[in-house]
Amino acid sequence: MKKSGSKRKKSNKKGIKTIIFKGHKDMPPCAISFANTMYNKTGKWRSIKPVILKEKCTSCLLCWKFCPEACVSIKNKRPVIDYEYCKGCGICQEVCVKGAVLLEEEKK
Amino acid sequence: MIEIRFHGRGGQGAVVASGILAEAAFREGKDVQSFPFFGVERRGAPVVAFTRIDSKYIRLRQKIYTPDYVLVLDPTLVEKIDVAKGLKKGGSILINTDKNPDAFSFGGEYTVATVNASNIATRLGLGSKSSPIVNTTLLGAFSKFTGIVGIKSVLAAIEGRVPVKRKENMLAARLAYEKVRF
Amino acid sequence: MGGGFIRRGWVKLVITGNHAVSYGAKLARAEVIAAYPITPQTEVVEKLSTMVANKELKAKFIKVESEHSAMAACIGASAVGARSFTATSSQGLALMHEMLHWAANARLPVVMANINRAMGPPWNIWSDQTDSLAQRDTGWLQFYCENNQEILDTIIQSYKVCEKVLLPGMVVLDAFILSHTSEPVEIPPQKLIDEYLPAYNPKYKLDVKDPHTFGGLTSPDLYYELRYKIQNSMEDALSEIKRADSSFKRKFGRGYGLVEEYRARDADTLLIVSGSMSSTAKVAVDMMREKGERAGLLRIRVFRPFPKDEIRRVVRRGVKRIGVIDRNISFGSEGIFFQEVKSALCNEKRKVPIYGFVAGLGGRDVTVEDIINIKKSIKSNNRLKDIIWVGVKK
Repeated sequence: MKKSGSKRKKSNKKGIKTIIFKGHKDMPPCAISFANTMYNKTGKWRSIKPVILKEKCTSCLLCWKFCPEACVSIKNKRPVIDYEYCKGCGICQEVCVKGAVLLEEEKK
Repeated sequence: MIEIRFHGRGGQGAVVASGILAEAAFREGKDVQSFPFFGVERRGAPVVAFTRIDSKYIRLRQKIYTPDYVLVLDPTLVEKIDVAKGLKKGGSILINTDKNPDAFSFGGEYTVATVNASNIATRLGLGSKSSPIVNTTLLGAFSKFTGIVGIKSVLAAIEGRVPVKRKENMLAARLAYEKVRF
Repeated sequence: MGGGFIRRGWVKLVITGNHAVSYGAKLARAEVIAAYPITPQTEVVEKLSTMVANKELKAKFIKVESEHSAMAACIGASAVGARSFTATSSQGLALMHEMLHWAANARLPVVMANINRAMGPPWNIWSDQTDSLAQRDTGWLQFYCENNQEILDTIIQSYKVCEKVLLPGMVVLDAFILSHTSEPVEIPPQKLIDEYLPAYNPKYKLDVKDPHTFGGLTSPDLYYELRYKIQNSMEDALSEIKRADSSFKRKFGRGYGLVEEYRARDADTLLIVSGSMSSTAKVAVDMMREKGERAGLLRIRVFRPFPKDEIRRVVRRGVKRIGVIDRNISFGSEGIFFQEVKSALCNEKRKVPIYGFVAGLGGRDVTVEDIINIKKSIKSNNRLKDIIWVGVKK
């Protein structure tokens, strides 16, 4: 968890800041994130990656409805997965009645 | 310190009366404490409430076991429960009844006063004929009978604490002040 | 009132302990009030909702379906920086338990009144401290009041302390013995209260313009330090309470301290009590003093943080015997104040025998006579027992 209130903020290449606390004096009284949840790019947690097969997809949008991370968006009436936040839980594949979601090994 | 116990039935206003008496004495510069018997109240069931009055700061918070005065809001309670229980020697009892004080004897050590508070309250439209609210009426009689609090303070406390029919309640207290027998 | 005085323009009313709570919350300008009614707390909520409806108090009154929700609403309100208030009792407090931890760990200075009422079954609505003492490890400050004036004053003081140390506070009063007893209470002018207690303006709060996540998953390498900080703040609270109390005394003429000594200066037998029982115990001490006995009393007003140093200081003056009277019990152990007093004194060089008394559970009246008998049994009892039951019917 990232905390605000520290002067030791480092920026890595992707612009994600990590904060290192040396001791309790640096820390705020309560656990508080440095920014909002959009800042927390949960896509890096992913070990399997869902891919929507365009030829099978009927745009029923069940995947959009059931995605617990709300990272399936609709573009031109079709579902698009936002890989910055997708944790790879596989629920979209589970709910897809047409078998249009394929789970691939994440290559990192 | 003066300790007073009120006997009534749920709905007659014994708890409110203990508060009004406390406030009346407070207006005369006394320290006061008033509390209900710490029970669950039901309409019609016997209810007990207490008031403590002292010229010094009151510390004691135990219940009142040996009162100096007892007020009985409901005449039928006299036969039903021992209203004189724990009453100090030479203590006084004020009863809402149409009878004269000599109709009661509690062992002869006590002074008894009576007032027909039900009649006064009913005539002024306080409560109904079957269940008149006699608390303020009885306090007027108590003021005359004991002299612990002046009638002016009682009337002011009634005005401050009674939510409805303030004028009638004050008039009832004044009438009882005139009519109490002892 | 205990050395009190009436000043021009200051109102003094004959009110119940419950209404003293309501007036306290009103004077503190509580902004969000969420509560669920329970005997004997109901009058607190009745009065506050009337004050809000009459626009005497500018606050949001949230009706909820349980005490758990009431505390959750207070937590939410406090998280956005609103001064929030609730009141409950007994089973209601127990239902709040999870949220009590949350409020403290989220460092939210919610203030609540708890009316000490026995836990069921069997149903019992009378005074017993076990409900609030069972919450002693939740991170809430706990104040045990002796009279209605202290209740009003403590509600106001506790906001000042809690908002400084960022921990919630519980103002505790006995069922009926205070909650339903009317006595004179001075209501200070709002202007002076506003000077004493400025608006709450926390550094960290929920704000749509500056969004943050609060209380998210935190790993062991940071969680531990967050707990360390709570303990530090609790320890700071000891001096903050003293500071808030003395500035209150300067402004309003009344102060209470962490503990209150009553004729304890030269006492050889020290009775340690809390809550409204202290009043009756003081009368008993006066009577024993008249007979030439060197009895004294120490009332523990603040239970969390526990004022260990104050207790040690009094005992070190030459107390020979201590009797702790508890209107509560930790089953399988002993009275809870007794435990705490013993642990505060266990490393003292001079050992003083401490006797634990359990009395008045479920509203059983504790009389002057009971207190005098307790004092007698301390003197005659050479054998130390963990619990001496007062007045068990045998």
